[in-house]
Amino acid sequence: MRGLRRLNWLGGSAGWLWLIIVMVPLYWIVVTSFKDQTAYFAQNPFALPTEPTLANYQLVIQSDFPRYFVNSVIVTAGTIVPAVTIAFMAAYAIVRGAGSRFLAGANGLFLMGLAIPLQATIIPVYLLIIRMRLYDSLLAIILPSIAFAIPLSVLVLTNFIRDVPKELFESMRVDGATEWGMLRTLALPLTRPALVTVAIYNGLGVWNGFLLPLILTQSPTQRTLPLALWTFQGQYSVNVPAVLASVVLTTLPIVILYAVGRRQLLSGLTAGFSR
Amino acid sequence: MVVPALVMFVVFGVVPLVGVLVLSFTQWDGLGAIRPAGVANWRVVLGDPGLPHAVGVTFAVMGLSWAVQTPVSLLIGTFLAGRQRYRGLLAVLYFVPLLLSSAAIAITYKALLDPNFGLGAGLKIGFLTQDWLGRGGLALGVVIFVVSWQFIPFHSLIYQGGVRQIPTSMYEAAAIDGAGRVRQFFSITVPQLKYTIITSSTLMAVGSLTFFDLIFVLTAGGPGDATRVLALDMYKRGFQANLMGPASVIAVLLVLLGLALALLLRRLGGSTTASQQEGA
Repeated sequence: MRGLRRLNWLGGSAGWLWLIIVMVPLYWIVVTSFKDQTAYFAQNPFALPTEPTLANYQLVIQSDFPRYFVNSVIVTAGTIVPAVTIAFMAAYAIVRGAGSRFLAGANGLFLMGLAIPLQATIIPVYLLIIRMRLYDSLLAIILPSIAFAIPLSVLVLTNFIRDVPKELFESMRVDGATEWGMLRTLALPLTRPALVTVAIYNGLGVWNGFLLPLILTQSPTQRTLPLALWTFQGQYSVNVPAVLASVVLTTLPIVILYAVGRRQLLSGLTAGFSR
Repeated sequence: MVVPALVMFVVFGVVPLVGVLVLSFTQWDGLGAIRPAGVANWRVVLGDPGLPHAVGVTFAVMGLSWAVQTPVSLLIGTFLAGRQRYRGLLAVLYFVPLLLSSAAIAITYKALLDPNFGLGAGLKIGFLTQDWLGRGGLALGVVIFVVSWQFIPFHSLIYQGGVRQIPTSMYEAAAIDGAGRVRQFFSITVPQLKYTIITSSTLMAVGSLTFFDLIFVLTAGGPGDATRVLALDMYKRGFQANLMGPASVIAVLLVLLGLALALLLRRLGGSTTASQQEGA
């Protein structure tokens, strides 16, 4: 029994300590973003602002952040909708066509993609995008992002489609349903939680992506939020409150989405990996 | 139905993968014509004393961040596996760092650790006002801390899921045999989590090869070359020095490293992907 108490104590304090380590910087970001520069230097960094100001947020919004926000939304939606759709179709085909060598080969190729740091292929991707005359467009970010999202999406979705009992497919086939019909009316509703999970997980990655926009675009009009953050920080590095306001503003939409869809994301993530 | 996904993945995944190998034997400045260059790039890069250094930094980041993240994530994951309500609430808060982009995290820590304008100066604590990102060893330490801050929540969740799948009967049997919690942790929890540990370690190891954005924004590889990992080395050679050939050589090395790591870890624990498929 003494051992029991000791490890609980250790795990418990690790848990609470980590909570502090996570929350302190986050708290500091939010509090500081409402201070003006003089208050920032004069005050205790953890004190609440005595005269809270929205000036930092104003500065960020005036620096074209609404446009970057729209760009990020376009890139994220433009990646996730096609990526999840084609990954779902591929996963369905792989599960239903078990035994086909072509499909097994395709699946093997996708699995290989999991082991390779795809960012290492950025130079040929850059060449490809130039040759397709897509350089410095949002599509230049979208196309490779779709490809990079496929391996993990296919893996997670095949796992879930396999869970659909074979008898259901059989009885539908007897009733004359086509594969496309079964995909829509049987597999789609039953794997919806997995689809949402995959969409959120990849969406997060694309929304926060930095390397592809950095390399495949150049003009400010094509900037996405992480890149905008970086350039904003380069411009206003001394104005810490403004920089932190930009961090808050770019993260806020995700935090709101997280608050809404958290259960889905957390349970989906553990289901996808802890096997 | 597999065709659209296959086409996309082949065009923007497999073709570039082959392309990077081809480009490593050419000379290209990123704009003009591409000319064959034989093994010149390979000779230059492999003979560059900067390469062993970059490889060393890459492995240091990988090894140290693994060594910090794994025990902490295991501990927190086991703790979170308890069904108490407040632990669920903790899990919600833990996950927040994973929502932030690496760029946002790097920018935050850069501001936070600034010796003149950062937290240390504000709190007037001498220990905190060091030039964290200006001294080699310290900067590497900061990178590892920030990586852990960002990813421990994710790996804790993976472990939480793993722990919850361990049958409680095993713990009950151990308790009857008189094993304490510490003993149970090391004789049941850890061995039962073998596959989870391998999955999580694979994700950490392969993922650490792509810590580009975080390090790029936080230190840009500096001070000097102290945090110049391979991914950053590739970027700097290719897109700053406009030497795409040598940069492609680094990229090939990165791909090989990723494959070797994945294969090694897979061999260590049997096949993780197979167990993932069967576990469905």
